[in-house]
Amino acid sequence: MADGPAGGRGERRRPAKGPVAGRGPAGRRDRRRGAEHRAGEAVAEPPARRRPPREGSLDGLLAAKEIAIVCGPGGVGKTTTAAAAAAQAACHHGGRVLVLTVDPARRLADALGLSGIGNVERRIPDEAFRAAGVAPRGQLWAAMLDTKESWDALVRRHAPDARTRDQILANPLYRNIAGRFVQSHDYIAMERLYEIHAEGGYDLIVVDTPPTRNALDFLDAPQRMADFFSSRLLRWLIVPYRSKLVNVASKPFYQVADRVLGTQFLADISEFFVLFQTMHEGFVERAESVTRLLSDRRTTFMVVATLEATPVREAEFFSRELAQRRLHLGAVVLNKVLPPYFGDPAAVRAAQGVRDRAAELAAALGGDTAQLERVLHEVAESFLNFSVVARREAEQRAELGASPEVLATVPFFDADIVDMTGLLELGGAIWE
Amino acid sequence: MSPPARRHLLDLELVFVTGKGGVGKTTVAAALALLAAERGKRVLACEVDAKGDLASLFEAAPTNFNGREVAPGVTAMSMDTEASLREYLKLNLRIPVVGRIGPLARAFDFVATAAPGVREILTVGKFTYEVRERHFDLVVVDAAATGHIVGQLAAPQAINDLVKVGLIRSQTDWMLDILSDESRTGLVAVTTPEEMPVNETLELAERVAAETTVGLSSVVVNRVLPELFARAEEETFEWRRRPPQAGRLAELVGEDVEPMLEGARLAVTMRRTRTAHLERLRQGLDPAVPVLYLPYLFSRFHGLRTTRQVAASLAEELGF
Repeated sequence: MADGPAGGRGERRRPAKGPVAGRGPAGRRDRRRGAEHRAGEAVAEPPARRRPPREGSLDGLLAAKEIAIVCGPGGVGKTTTAAAAAAQAACHHGGRVLVLTVDPARRLADALGLSGIGNVERRIPDEAFRAAGVAPRGQLWAAMLDTKESWDALVRRHAPDARTRDQILANPLYRNIAGRFVQSHDYIAMERLYEIHAEGGYDLIVVDTPPTRNALDFLDAPQRMADFFSSRLLRWLIVPYRSKLVNVASKPFYQVADRVLGTQFLADISEFFVLFQTMHEGFVERAESVTRLLSDRRTTFMVVATLEATPVREAEFFSRELAQRRLHLGAVVLNKVLPPYFGDPAAVRAAQGVRDRAAELAAALGGDTAQLERVLHEVAESFLNFSVVARREAEQRAELGASPEVLATVPFFDADIVDMTGLLELGGAIWE
Repeated sequence: MSPPARRHLLDLELVFVTGKGGVGKTTVAAALALLAAERGKRVLACEVDAKGDLASLFEAAPTNFNGREVAPGVTAMSMDTEASLREYLKLNLRIPVVGRIGPLARAFDFVATAAPGVREILTVGKFTYEVRERHFDLVVVDAAATGHIVGQLAAPQAINDLVKVGLIRSQTDWMLDILSDESRTGLVAVTTPEEMPVNETLELAERVAAETTVGLSSVVVNRVLPELFARAEEETFEWRRRPPQAGRLAELVGEDVEPMLEGARLAVTMRRTRTAHLERLRQGLDPAVPVLYLPYLFSRFHGLRTTRQVAASLAEELGF
């Protein structure tokens, strides 16, 4: 596995250009490996964290699964983590690996030759790997979720005839739904996953989940969609359109709805529902299959979080929910974690010494002493500032009770990930 | 960045705070509410996502639709579209009986799932209603994330286009009046100096202008790292962290100083990467939109202390 970056556990030095993955100061970093669990000298130590069984690794996990769903709160790096895991799998496991993504950073997408891709899967060119000094054993493919296009495809598949299909596609309400209806992203993501998996073209599919109001929305989306089409209320709504007969049960609803929404809008809604009703069976069946696929043993979930209060709380919540639903929590990836040396008591002592004795040290070292004093003071102060954050992170980490098969930590990268080299370095940090 | 435009923010009556997930949108919304209340305003702070984060920033128990005072002058509530519908029906149709509303609300919920904009309009409608009734001087909304805010803000217009008659139609009219008045309503986009949040902010600015009637009143950049060195100092630092120099320092200190030097190097490169994103942000935005900068908090705390700190920084940026 020569392509993983050396010294991936600590923070890394990232040369501005060029794939120099192996050149990091690995030895020095490794000496401090144990330091990450020390919370700092002044406060009580957090309870010793249960070490998860080490036999599990992302390597092992992804080798055993066909679908990995990457989820977690917004802004923690889900998209990049998903791509990094998929790239590693393509490198090490071989076969065809697909990353189904939502919105990759533009520069990364450009570098991988993915700009402008849509629903159709596209292969990441081998040149992208070669530029990173790697010869992958397998193929990496990528597809981007296009909600509108996916909805249209769905309608085309389920519509009973060409006329209904065209009517639905032209309905103003439908067009609004496909474009704006917030939850439709969730449903479509799962629907696309099901479709691609059923086609059987890939050995592993890594799914980057869309940003949702609630990290769990997408789990419920298929069921919600099925409920929606099965609901008795739907039949109520269709009645006046079909027969102009309003039964006793639905009468109050109509009286109110009529006053609030106006008759024409109500008729538009009814038409929409009538049209959609024709696709009822197809939708319900499909939604059930999608739900089954999520709980299949070939599917695993990877929760990504950072060690800040809100993401940790959400990751916790998510892990609990997965357990309750008997879904497989395969890995927790902690992203953007400060390097462990910020929590090293000896290093904190050194920084305190430098801060307190900056003038004396500057004089002893010689040169422009006034400037050197300022520099020393800033350096020490900055370190102590970050060590406060590292301590906060250690506390958050202790609170994170999830016990997945794999618990991986990704160091804070000091530069953006803009190419395959960066992606593989990130992937290397979580792979073993 | 002219001072009059800056002061504008707290003089608005309705402020939607949005941002990509994880940038500190809720914290900024809470700080804004706190700051306004400290300056004598009656403030309603509302959480749309109902995750309970807003209440925790005031170290208060979870809030509900009815609202509760969480700090002097700050009432906090969480949006609940069903409760909003109930209130709406009670106010507009004089349907007081809760029992009758149960199935009705379910039916509505159902329509709302499919018909675009119904849920959104119940959300936006509640805020504009509070503004219209002048129950508060300022309504601060911890709104939907960047991906969803445009749909939410555009909903009244969308409904207005779809519905030609009826009660809703006349109501979207006054809602739109409030929303499109830039002296009353504004959008605050929160970002961090990182690649994706900056991209999203620039896209948002474009979409808000193109698809909604709401004006972007400020961009808040959260978690700005301090600049450690001036250029000459950085050269000194680079020289001093080389082995013979660093070794001398370590001897004098009596401890390994490499982690400290490495940490400073990381801080310097992080700051540099982020500065590039800030420049990109500034260049991509309409120069008339004020950009406010909030420092990265090197603190162990969260909760009210953090909210106060952020409010203080915000006050400074607003020129108070």
